[in-house]
Amino acid sequence: MMRKLKDDVLLCLIYLAAFFAEFLLIGILVYVFVKGFPHISLHFLTTVTSVLEGTVGIAGNIVNTIYMVVLTLVIAVPVGIGSAIYLNEYARPGKIVRLIEFTTQTLSGIPSIIFGLFGMVFFGVTLGLGYSILTGALTLSLMVLPLITRNTQEALKTVPESYTSGAIGMGAGKWYVIRTILLPSAMPGIVTGIILAVGRILGESAALLFTAGSGYFLPRSLGGWFHKMVESGGTLTIQLYLSMEKAQYDTAFAIAVVLLGMVLGMNLLTRFFIRKIETAKFTDAGGE
Amino acid sequence: MFSLCAFTAVAAVFSITLYMIANGVPAIWQVGWKEILFSSVWQPVARDASFGILYVILTSVVGTFLAVLLGVPIGLFTAVFLAEAAPAWLAAVIRPAVELLAGIPSVIYGVLGMMILNPWMYCLEQMLFADSLTHQFTGGANLLSAVIVLAVMILPTVISISEAALRAVPPELKASSLALGASSVETIFRVTIPAARSGILTAVVLGVGRAVGEAMAISLVSGNSVNLPLPFCSVRFLTTAIVSEMGYAGGLHRQVLFTIGLVLFVFIMVINGILSGILKGERQG
Amino acid sequence: MPQSKISTEKLNLYYGAKHALKDITIRIRSNMVTALIGPSGCGKSTFLKSLNRMNELTDGARTEGKVYLDGEDIYGSGMDVTRLRKRVGMVFQQPNPFPMTIYDNIAYGPKVHGVRNKEKLDGIVERSLRQAAIWEEVENQLNRTAMGLSGGQKQRLCIARALAVEPEVLLMDEPTSALDPVSTLKVEELIGQLKGKYTIVIVTHNMQQAARVSDDTAFFLMGEMVEFDTTARLFVHPADRRTQEYITGKFG
Repeated sequence: MMRKLKDDVLLCLIYLAAFFAEFLLIGILVYVFVKGFPHISLHFLTTVTSVLEGTVGIAGNIVNTIYMVVLTLVIAVPVGIGSAIYLNEYARPGKIVRLIEFTTQTLSGIPSIIFGLFGMVFFGVTLGLGYSILTGALTLSLMVLPLITRNTQEALKTVPESYTSGAIGMGAGKWYVIRTILLPSAMPGIVTGIILAVGRILGESAALLFTAGSGYFLPRSLGGWFHKMVESGGTLTIQLYLSMEKAQYDTAFAIAVVLLGMVLGMNLLTRFFIRKIETAKFTDAGGE
Repeated sequence: MFSLCAFTAVAAVFSITLYMIANGVPAIWQVGWKEILFSSVWQPVARDASFGILYVILTSVVGTFLAVLLGVPIGLFTAVFLAEAAPAWLAAVIRPAVELLAGIPSVIYGVLGMMILNPWMYCLEQMLFADSLTHQFTGGANLLSAVIVLAVMILPTVISISEAALRAVPPELKASSLALGASSVETIFRVTIPAARSGILTAVVLGVGRAVGEAMAISLVSGNSVNLPLPFCSVRFLTTAIVSEMGYAGGLHRQVLFTIGLVLFVFIMVINGILSGILKGERQG
Repeated sequence: MPQSKISTEKLNLYYGAKHALKDITIRIRSNMVTALIGPSGCGKSTFLKSLNRMNELTDGARTEGKVYLDGEDIYGSGMDVTRLRKRVGMVFQQPNPFPMTIYDNIAYGPKVHGVRNKEKLDGIVERSLRQAAIWEEVENQLNRTAMGLSGGQKQRLCIARALAVEPEVLLMDEPTSALDPVSTLKVEELIGQLKGKYTIVIVTHNMQQAARVSDDTAFFLMGEMVEFDTTARLFVHPADRRTQEYITGKFG
């Protein structure tokens, strides 16, 4: 029974591969938490590293990360949504649409280190922004743009034709329809795109190393909070990389735990919104 | 107004291309393209500086190839498990786990590789090269470590895209195969996987793209000296060359790093081209 | 009655709580065409699938009773399901060739069952395509993909694919319902040519088709077999009032 034997061997391989992949994931999570969790404390989360006192803290990096996420989204979300609206609602199919869709796809395939190089010479040198959170955010905006555009496009596609034709039939203008009907209906999809983008920003390092730099101080005055945008600032992930290079493994693992917690949260949020989209679709189908 | 937004992507791709060429080409003129691409001596800060990146290119090619060779079968088999063999409840547990694996920042993979993989590699190295007089010990930071980290990193991409492709195969095809007396395993390998091949190919190409472009994770585990890509040698990839030297490089050295970026960019563009070729072929059916 | 190829005894089938087949006892004659008719959802396709155990692919399906192929219980513990399906081939409603070349589609079954010799495979491919009356149309494009064929050609290719493993019985599940009238006629002619060498069981919702191609006909209604007789008698002198109402078009 050679046939049976061959079947069993292959089936075994399939199970082995699956359990290997699963074991890997659980192993990674457990390892990071075990190594990192003991080093997390209130002090660690709320102060900055001080050479004088010999203490380690990541408050500055947390603030930098928040700046980075907010700034990037402020730039990328309107552009991404606008681009999706243009592609789905205004543009006529043809060369231009194909060009835009092709470049959007290309953009999503470019590795982050290339974005880093480009951000460094274009935003940093040509536009004179230097190593700053703004430079980093502009660079990351380009990187997450395809995510937002594509998710918004998909969400817009699922809005039933009858909604818009109904509104236009009543004499509503196109922009009015987009604002009051299309965008609200597409909201869960758009939010999913945004959450995915946040996840990407949180985990990014190569694109930021040469654009946003590695500063880790908190601003000291009110004006400083604004000025911070044009100062160098390292996100949590950058700090993780640097700690690793300096062999500060405890700090590194503690940051890794914080990051994993955030990623986990993002994933749960995404699932929540995707489920929301699916229920919305289901109710539509049921209503017809 | 909206069209302006839409053209951001076009403008970005064009200006990135332009900048990569503008910054990467001068060094090629200055050093000579034969010298850069086909010389293996990399001594950028020596008095008589030499900028050969042949080994760096080779490392990226070999490293990516090995990572794909290792990661794709495991990923594909896991996808088969999820799509064909796993009971529904188990698949429902594993699928989000795979998504999580995809969302973990690449630096964390590097950290784990450095803390877990490198010591193992060092043990292995000490055993294998115990009597060797010529081997340079790396402490485990070598090509093999980088390959394993890359293979793990491309797993989620390969798994989720292959699984979607396998699920899209019409059930009637599987039924026909079973009705001809094929076993379920034979059906998977002879009908389902071939029928899903364009999707699986897409997964592989995306995996290649991710492996070629990954920088931070492998910069922590690969040792970072310019060497021929042999399993137990400390090596430097295109990406890690940029990461580790851009911080202090100046003058011609810096320009050569941009040339490395340009080479990487060309690789990625070729991969993108292949990908859109596959997608187009799929659409035409 | 002449010798029967397949017979069932008190066959019952459940999908979870749903009782889909009720006490079916039937004797299907060797080398004849048996048609199964009835309104949709009556269990005729389910019954067909239970003859080569394809019903087992549906979650929650459970079978009771006996199905004999040449006197051997196909649900018995000694029965290898892949061997069973080699002997009892199947053609589906939707023509569904594999996304491979025409040659590979036909060679698939024999290869699975261990034929490796290239000349032998060539022979099987030609013989099967000739038997399915499609050889002349495809002999010059054996290495092209089967997806480019017309719907009718695809279905005859699928019949050829089923014949390639040299089955004894051919189960056909509404094989012409997705085809145009000309292709339907070709497939019906083909069934006429194949009987005598194969035992054929065909599910159809087209009563004219049942009358044209079959020797025996069974009428199914709500999971029960209401009537089973030679086609000539069942269509002219139905014994059961429900059969009469169905074939005269009162319902269904």
